[in-house]
Amino acid sequence: MRRLAILALLALLLSVPLWVGNFYVLHVLIVTGIFTIAAMSLNLLLGYTGQLSLGHAVFFGIGAYVSALVSLGFAVHLAPDWLVTLDPQPVWLAMLCAVAIAGLCGWAIGRVSFKVRGAYFVIVTISFAEVARLVALNWDELTQGPMALNNIPPLAVSLPGLDEFDFIGKVPNYYLVLVAAILAYVVIARLVHSRAGRAMIALKENEPLASSVGIEVTRYLVLAAVVSAAIAGAAGALYAHYIQIVDPNVFMFLYTVTMVIMVVAGGKGTLAGPIVGGLIFGLLPEVLRSFAIRPEVQWVAYGVLMILIVYLLPNGIVPAVASLWNRAGRADAPAAPTTGSSPGRIVP
Amino acid sequence: MSGDGKTALSVDRLSIRFGGLTAVESMTFDVREGEVLSLIGPNGAGKTSAFNAITGYLPAASGEIVYRGVRLNGLKPSRIAVLGVVRTFQKTSVFAGRTVLDNILIGLHLQSRQSVLAIILGLPSVAREERRLVEQAREVLNFVGIESHKDKLASSLAYGELRMLEVAVALAARPTLLLLDEPVAGMNSTETMNFMAMLGRIRARGVTILLVEHDMKMVMRISDRVVCLNQGHIIADGPPADIQRHPDVIRAYLGERHARAQG
Repeated sequence: MRRLAILALLALLLSVPLWVGNFYVLHVLIVTGIFTIAAMSLNLLLGYTGQLSLGHAVFFGIGAYVSALVSLGFAVHLAPDWLVTLDPQPVWLAMLCAVAIAGLCGWAIGRVSFKVRGAYFVIVTISFAEVARLVALNWDELTQGPMALNNIPPLAVSLPGLDEFDFIGKVPNYYLVLVAAILAYVVIARLVHSRAGRAMIALKENEPLASSVGIEVTRYLVLAAVVSAAIAGAAGALYAHYIQIVDPNVFMFLYTVTMVIMVVAGGKGTLAGPIVGGLIFGLLPEVLRSFAIRPEVQWVAYGVLMILIVYLLPNGIVPAVASLWNRAGRADAPAAPTTGSSPGRIVP
Repeated sequence: MSGDGKTALSVDRLSIRFGGLTAVESMTFDVREGEVLSLIGPNGAGKTSAFNAITGYLPAASGEIVYRGVRLNGLKPSRIAVLGVVRTFQKTSVFAGRTVLDNILIGLHLQSRQSVLAIILGLPSVAREERRLVEQAREVLNFVGIESHKDKLASSLAYGELRMLEVAVALAARPTLLLLDEPVAGMNSTETMNFMAMLGRIRARGVTILLVEHDMKMVMRISDRVVCLNQGHIIADGPPADIQRHPDVIRAYLGERHARAQG
């Protein structure tokens, strides 16, 4: 039953380019997909370890910048007479660098949070994002500052015996993002259903008790931060090579807020939550626009919906639906679990 | 009944301070392998502080804590758990938002070995280990007698079951020394009886038990030895029968006038 539902969903997602002819709609889906991947990565940190990273866009932005710079090549003075140059590299290599360096930044943030939790962790992450934005804005020689990095090449894959294939245009990029999203989902799902994921959940639920049974809490917090940052970096790299331009605005607080909204509205601490939240809040602005409402009204409607979701479904959409489903399934059974942290195993 | 008499845990001149306030002053006692030792004393005597220092939750201002030849001072709680010293908390402490089974699986953390890479790659060894862990978790739940609740959320358990779950989580970490901080506080008499029966089964497995408890009936019935604290000092140390008659203990609990009235 569950397997069937997953297959049906996959078939639906795979067939989208066949019945959606409109390139604009595909574009919206691609961008939504990229942000959904970023939201999934944030969920690993926020939903499972319980630490709110309010600078999550920093990993997305670092991924975008690293991937763009490695694929474009650069020459930068690290000292007045110390010039570091890099020739343009293949895009797949650039993307791997993006994942690795974003992961490294996640490690650094994780190490800092060795001592700080809760509100202090939030402040550390916000500050880190702001520093990154200022560096991107002011280090002209490397990042072109507000002029932005232009003409970023698209991903090109050459398989032996075949011609090189460029991911240009909507349909190839749609599939690229879909595959990346599935990969990210599988990595996160395996992690949270393992001893490592249980250690993260234990840290969120009850840190003193977790350490009393031998869980090295910091180690798993750092692990979550590294994996989360690496996946966000991958999303940033996908974004850079799809949009083909990166400017310091990728570090904007608004992007982080968007990810947080996707995770919280969808249901933090559930695997499906960020996907549901990502699809709703990625597509909603476009859906509202198609009704040709004035932009002010659009944003008011967006805001009202958000407040309603948070007010009526404090644990998010997915846990609410899951508990409804359980109640309908076995009406005589005791009340279904309703806490935000529990339904990880109940929903796909 | 007291095991082979070898010292398991030794606490030597332990002092604990909170700023200028001394919670525990030069406390010295030993726990022998396989015995049940109870730490008693009026509220504020420093029992829980001593617990916290032994398990790494509080720094010791001075003194030595040694378990089976390893010095515990300065080690992190998780490291101390690896050495086999596992505790429960005075305030009921479980992973409330998870199921009973998940609680035990978290407790089994040290019994699992799979690396992060193996987990992400989804190697078959990971699935094998998961099945083994679920099997072990059921054994633990069976042992404390709450297996029928395994799919319930921990927060939905009755109080007595919750305290059983707490001990089950600790047992999952395979302690050789189990520290219990007021485990039967708030239990009714049936629940207390059940709990004592379970403690008997735990010690039958060779686990040494250090107990802090206010329920004197229980302390006197199950302890091999009792250490009585008052205002951070040890005032008596001996078998339960001696402790019950010890004048300093009576004075600490019932006051000077009672001791004189008896006297």
